[in-house]
Amino acid sequence: MRYSALSIFKQALAGNLGWKPVWREPEPKPHYDVIIVGGGGHGLATAYYLAREFGIRNVAVVEKGYLGSGNVGRNTTIVRSNYMLPGNEPFYEFSLKLWEGLERELNYNVMLSQRGIISLYHNDSQRDHYTRRGNAMMMEGVAAEQLDRETLKRMLPFLNFDHARFPIVGGLLQRRAGTARHDAVAWGFARGADRLGVDLIQNCEVTGIRRENGLVTGVETTKGFIGCNRLALAAAGNTSRVGTMAGLKLPLESHVLQAFVTEGLKPCIDHVITYGAGHFYISQSDKGGLVFGAEIDGYSSYAQRGNLATAEHVMEEGVTMIPGLSRVRVLRSWGGVMDMSMDGSPIIDRTSIENLYLNCGWCYGGFKATPASGFCFAHLIARGESHHVARALRLDRFERGFPIDEAGAGTQPNLH
Amino acid sequence: MASLITCPHCGTRPKEEFSIRGDATPVRPAPMAPDEAWNDYAHVRANPRGRIREHWQHVSGCRRWLVVERDNFTHEVFAVTDATESRGGAR
Repeated sequence: MRYSALSIFKQALAGNLGWKPVWREPEPKPHYDVIIVGGGGHGLATAYYLAREFGIRNVAVVEKGYLGSGNVGRNTTIVRSNYMLPGNEPFYEFSLKLWEGLERELNYNVMLSQRGIISLYHNDSQRDHYTRRGNAMMMEGVAAEQLDRETLKRMLPFLNFDHARFPIVGGLLQRRAGTARHDAVAWGFARGADRLGVDLIQNCEVTGIRRENGLVTGVETTKGFIGCNRLALAAAGNTSRVGTMAGLKLPLESHVLQAFVTEGLKPCIDHVITYGAGHFYISQSDKGGLVFGAEIDGYSSYAQRGNLATAEHVMEEGVTMIPGLSRVRVLRSWGGVMDMSMDGSPIIDRTSIENLYLNCGWCYGGFKATPASGFCFAHLIARGESHHVARALRLDRFERGFPIDEAGAGTQPNLH
Repeated sequence: MASLITCPHCGTRPKEEFSIRGDATPVRPAPMAPDEAWNDYAHVRANPRGRIREHWQHVSGCRRWLVVERDNFTHEVFAVTDATESRGGAR
């Protein structure tokens, strides 16, 4: 069914009884051209673009839980392309351009809201750094604006401008950045892929990867063996575990990242705002809740829950930036398992096994990358070569000495 | 994550007194070891789910480097030893 204002009107007259499930629940076929492991945002986007752009429709997505049960439903929904390094910025800008057309493309409301992201800075050297980042963005054709303190005071009067240690000096604004409805992105891609003939197989955990003569022949799953010509991994925080089944050892460590949402408030925060004195980001959802988060907890974890000391630290950062937050009540918090790479940047690449492809290392920035990640991964699987905006996102960049270290923190997974 | 860690020198202390460096399994290669060995040491991680060994430093206590053996899924802590006494730990 194609969604439109007319379809909503017709369904309303018919008592809303005619809505159908938006995807099938097929049993796995014995063999597919491509199997994608992981039914999250990236896996579903990959399946969609494989079918839509590259004409490969005999595709299955196998997911151990339900579709979108991982990080695509456990993030702070920020979409932006304000990166600095040449290996990253064109990729994320490509992603933002796909976001801008995504609702028409998928015929699905992903509620993209380009409300702008403001990254605050607090001293002269940080201003210089943000100026450099803004210039780097403009060199890639991405608009960036620097806001001075007076402009910010008019725009965001609730910030703590005169904090004794971290006064707010200015900010870097990307107007086209914003937020999207995270679950809807997974559902939209799932519906789109399903309509193009992709089998979405839920509650089907991969337990082994079968190989013959050095090539992958299929996957053992809880629903039996499924054969494939090409296997693509998009398993996020569990990539190392699935990779081990094929003998891969990867530059990844799994960490937990927490996010929080408050009770619903009247509209008060119109942008996405990030704090430069710590690592804190906040926006207001369409329901009115303030959605915010900070850094990873900092220790290896496969548990989708964080610890309270980190939660306390996040609240402290928030209240330092916006003192009024101290009177807001937090409703919920949740944790997601992040596949932290060694330089904080992702990997979309081939592996040492010819027909095994890898999409991982999204750290805690994977949501904004969902469309481009799917597009570029599908390009790699279909054409056998990297899409031009994803050429730097190679698996071997660490041993070759070309890390993409946006934070300049060194090759240490818990520092990004 | 467990809230309390039993330091072999200071006794049972809150987790916030410690800083966590990361995986204690990779062993530093010899200075002139081949690039592959250094790449493995610096970048490649087994990253298993379950029992792991990690380097922790008791920064707000004895400042000793420790090896904490724990489960990264259930958060159970099995053992905490001084890194110099731990096989395969800091060398």
